[in-house]
Amino acid sequence: MSHHIVEVRDLFFNYPDGTQALKGVSFRIEHGGAVALVGANGAGKSTLLLHLNGYLPAMRGVVRIGEVPLMRETVSMARRAVGMVFQDPDDQLFMPTVAEDVAFGPLNAGLKPDQVELMVATALERVGMAHVRARPPYRLSAGEKRAVAIATVLAMTPDILVMDEPSSNLDSRARRRLIELLRSFEHTRIIATHDLELVVEVCSRVIMLDRGTVVADGPAKEILSNEALMTAHGLECPHILRHLHPH
Amino acid sequence: MRVEDWTEVGRMDELGRMDSPAHRLDARAKAVVTLAFIGFVASFPRHAISALTPFLLYPVVLIALGHIPVRPILKKILLAAPFVLVIGIFNPVMDRQPFATVGPFIVTGGWVSFVSIMFRFVLTVGAALALVACTGMYRLGAGMGQLGVPRVFVMQLLFLYRYLFVVADEGLKMMRGVELRSGGTRALRLGVYGSLIGHLLLRSMDRAERVYRAMVVRGFDGEIRILRQSSFRWTDWAFVCGCLSYFIVARIWNLANELGVLLTGITP
Repeated sequence: MSHHIVEVRDLFFNYPDGTQALKGVSFRIEHGGAVALVGANGAGKSTLLLHLNGYLPAMRGVVRIGEVPLMRETVSMARRAVGMVFQDPDDQLFMPTVAEDVAFGPLNAGLKPDQVELMVATALERVGMAHVRARPPYRLSAGEKRAVAIATVLAMTPDILVMDEPSSNLDSRARRRLIELLRSFEHTRIIATHDLELVVEVCSRVIMLDRGTVVADGPAKEILSNEALMTAHGLECPHILRHLHPH
Repeated sequence: MRVEDWTEVGRMDELGRMDSPAHRLDARAKAVVTLAFIGFVASFPRHAISALTPFLLYPVVLIALGHIPVRPILKKILLAAPFVLVIGIFNPVMDRQPFATVGPFIVTGGWVSFVSIMFRFVLTVGAALALVACTGMYRLGAGMGQLGVPRVFVMQLLFLYRYLFVVADEGLKMMRGVELRSGGTRALRLGVYGSLIGHLLLRSMDRAERVYRAMVVRGFDGEIRILRQSSFRWTDWAFVCGCLSYFIVARIWNLANELGVLLTGITP
């Protein structure tokens, strides 16, 4: 059994105000895949991501992480397996220093201090942020915050990386660094984003959501270059594909 | 005071990460001594002023040992002062009994107790701020947990502290928006302030929820664990015993009066 597999079957979720956020979402992501979740605002991307580590419980349907169905008893296992990077790094970084923030997850997992120190150093090194370990997170630039937010998750050695809008608020250089970083990971990656150029570079597969349902699921370039499909669901083909397929 | 000054809550964390003899003391030792200090200061009669002055030594020594700049501590004391001022200001009105005469002036008991309240406020808040500045809030929370303070209480304290950042951050963003669209005027209609406060509350709650979510997905189970747990050494015992002894002596004898008598030979 691989812990890297994610399977969602017929998932439904309603918010307390009655909004139907997910309506029968189904897909399966294999080990090491890089999959983008795309869709207009309110399509249900973030809601879906919050189901993948059990933060939101499925109202109907099943989420499986590594073939284990997600339920109350398996939530802690899922949270170790699925590392989640939130849209706003300011929400994710809450400890006084970068090192303490990166150590937060491993310490909660019950690891010994010397193991935690090693994981912190390795994770910060991996994202190129070892030099900011003693600094308070709120003093970092947007790009540095994003990299540290990724390190906080890498330190927990997850099998699956889930990211919500990882390139938002990044300048070109920080975004390029992020793309290279995401390409270098061997984890199963699930990325919810509006940055379709990033999707073309990082993801091999796209799952398109619209109003809580999966409207397309297939190879990234094929879906993202389908102008009729994209327009019908409130999206635009990325420029990079327009140049490749002008018609 | 500018809105940006509120965001200086992070400054206490920066101070807490410094290295000094005061920082190297165990968080439990400093917490116990500071709590005892607050208890001793609060235990004096309501008109006490001179008897309280020897207690000024504790926060001053802690700040000096910790190489803490005085300015941020004073700023935060000033920030909290209006709340105590509101409580104490009624004393001169309620208590008009003559207490002492200074030249031709009669000082009433209300004014003396008002000054006493303000002095106690400066002492206790100053000591608490010095404690946080010499320890760091998260290390202090962990120390309190080790002392056996109920986990729920420690968590409430740490969340409250964390939410100060959240509210300050959200408030800062909102005030920037207001300043940019207020056409240079600082006086806004009362209704606008009401709306701002309401929005600040809602935005802060929303943000707090997201922060909590980020903690939960990284395995947070209600206990804050920190990387470096300190151990209680002989210097910590010496600090606790020395400070408590001094507090007891200063509580039993009015050291300020005793010193005055010793230096001037005049008995009050």
